[in-house]
Amino acid sequence: MSFVETTVVAGFSLGEILIAIAALFVALAIAMLYRAVDGPTIQDRVLAVNVLGTNTVVILALLGAALNEPWFLDIALVYALLNFLMSVAISKFTVEQGGVI
Amino acid sequence: MTDLEFVRVALVLLLALTGLFFTLVSATGVIRLPDVYARAHTASQADTLGAGFALAAVAFTLGWEPTTVKTVFLLFFIFLTNPTAAHAIARAAFEEGIEPWTELDEEGGERR
Repeated sequence: MSFVETTVVAGFSLGEILIAIAALFVALAIAMLYRAVDGPTIQDRVLAVNVLGTNTVVILALLGAALNEPWFLDIALVYALLNFLMSVAISKFTVEQGGVI
Repeated sequence: MTDLEFVRVALVLLLALTGLFFTLVSATGVIRLPDVYARAHTASQADTLGAGFALAAVAFTLGWEPTTVKTVFLLFFIFLTNPTAAHAIARAAFEEGIEPWTELDEEGGERR
């Protein structure tokens, strides 16, 4: 039995509470999807997708802790790297001269 | 539950809820603010803080284990890259020629 299963707070195990918090993060991500769809400029959409990616990393880490599967953190690390690369690459290639950093 | 475990669980819940609050602030900003520069501002600050708190909660949940190092790496990495990405996006927007929102735009009632 792991720490997240044995610890009980107000009738729920810590793992269940962390899953609920991850679900709230998912709800916020769905709300932010509005900006990715509606955003008038390309940069608005890239920014929204970047914030969504950060949210995804947090959700993966929370689920990895809640389900006691630590290898989720490896995927979260790769996702964070790709997310940063995506933002910088799109910013660089949508501009004429490309000197954005 | 021993005293130390109680402190640990309280810290996990407090950090996770604080992270959720700051992510809520960031989501509100990204959806409601008037132009791309203001949104880049909230995305780089509030969202980084929210992710930092939530990842700290994950680190406390995992405890003293080798995998916790990955959480710390992730936290450090997000603190480094998230503002950089927002800066690159805002700078790309400026070089595209998008005018920053001013109070004059409010009188016209125009929202971009």
